[in-house]
Amino acid sequence: MSQLAIHISDKSYINPANNKTKQIIKDLKINLNNNEFVCLVGPSGCGKTTLLNILANLDTKFSGSIELQPKHAQPKVGYVFQNPRLLPWRTVRENIQLATTAKPETLEFLLDSMGLANEKDSFPEHLSLGMSRRVSIIRAFATDPDLLLMDEPFVSLDPPTARQARQLLIELWTTRAHKVLFVSHDLREAITLADRLIFLSSSPMTVISEVPVTIPRKDRNQEIKIEQFRQQLFIDHPEITELL
Amino acid sequence: MPFTFRPSVLALLSISLFLALWYGLAIYLNTITLPTPFVVANVLIDEINSGQLPYHLSKTLYRLLLSFSIAMLLGCAIGITLGRHKQLDCFFDNWLVIFLNVPALVTIILCYVWFGLVESAAILAVVINKLPNVIVTIREGTRALDKDLLDMAKCYRFSKSKTLRHVIWPQLHPFVMAATRSGLALIWKIVLVVEMLGRSDGMGYQLHLFFQLFDVASILAYTIAFVTLIQGIEILILKPLDKKAQRWRR
Repeated sequence: MSQLAIHISDKSYINPANNKTKQIIKDLKINLNNNEFVCLVGPSGCGKTTLLNILANLDTKFSGSIELQPKHAQPKVGYVFQNPRLLPWRTVRENIQLATTAKPETLEFLLDSMGLANEKDSFPEHLSLGMSRRVSIIRAFATDPDLLLMDEPFVSLDPPTARQARQLLIELWTTRAHKVLFVSHDLREAITLADRLIFLSSSPMTVISEVPVTIPRKDRNQEIKIEQFRQQLFIDHPEITELL
Repeated sequence: MPFTFRPSVLALLSISLFLALWYGLAIYLNTITLPTPFVVANVLIDEINSGQLPYHLSKTLYRLLLSFSIAMLLGCAIGITLGRHKQLDCFFDNWLVIFLNVPALVTIILCYVWFGLVESAAILAVVINKLPNVIVTIREGTRALDKDLLDMAKCYRFSKSKTLRHVIWPQLHPFVMAATRSGLALIWKIVLVVEMLGRSDGMGYQLHLFFQLFDVASILAYTIAFVTLIQGIEILILKPLDKKAQRWRR
């Protein structure tokens, strides 16, 4: 059992056009419990992707700390980017194998469970966007990470495809649980997926409120319950209405 | 597709037309400095049978392949390094410009003066002439690398060699092929000059000899042999390589 403590006291960048410093993240604290699925919700452009890049160690210019407790280690990260970012010159299977040392059986299981059994040897350019996104999700899961980051992985998919992908994601997550940070600006999507919602303000980004989602997982496919929860959310937390 | 529109038929037609024009012009001018294709073909066969042409051609080919390989390997390594490190690039950019603009003849003469009329000086002269071109092409390719894929590789902790092999190299492939093609064309011209100035075998040496004898038929025969060989390299080696590397594209 482990916990992940994220504390970013300051992340700024200098605008090269006018040499002014802009603060993007200010005093942001998030704690993730074991196997918890957390959705970050906030207006677009508020710095969510910056936060994920910091967590993935792609951006190291910030002050703060990210550590797994109790062992005080850097978390190993699996990242599902907004674009699938697959290597177009490698097949689906090679793309996944390159990122992980997982056993072949695990890969087969993951590919099957995401409905890609027939596409193992295809090249990514021959897949639809929805399929490519699923491959990139498999790649992240296959690395067996301490923390899974997902940056709006279902954006710009048509609703049925997105719904199917969400369902597959949750099924996969139930069998192979991980701590997940899922970025979204679609509140319904966030409610469907998350154990807990974290609302973020923009410039500088900081946590406004945290709300646990109380709908049992088996009822999450009922649109009406999601909608009720959403309405109630606006009543209980009026501060979030202006974010969305 | 009608018979006459097939690529192979078209190619045959165009080459026949070229030979016919050549033949007509040679007959019309009736001069010793433009022999007919038949005369040239005869000389070509004689030269092949005597073993002269294969010997000198193989010498030239050996120099071409050796200097080409050295220039490509070094050029790729330096090009990738410069493309990835901005400060290094700023510093060495001036050197590149200098080397790009030194005339080929100057490098050849200097190499022979400094290192003597030896094989290694000849190879070095060719490499120095070709290297800046490779570096510039590969550097452009490296600058255009997809940052998103590099971030992905970093995030999933790809090792350096893995990143090079699976992320960087496939993106550089078109640039490497461009450098290869322009390189072959450039290098074989320079090799001939190098041989003419300071070697006692190879195509360049032979051409120089024929020039002094005003033997145009032999010059043309050697040219045909060489052009055929380079075309062979293109069709048998480069095209299949290209095809294999492009199979992931839609």
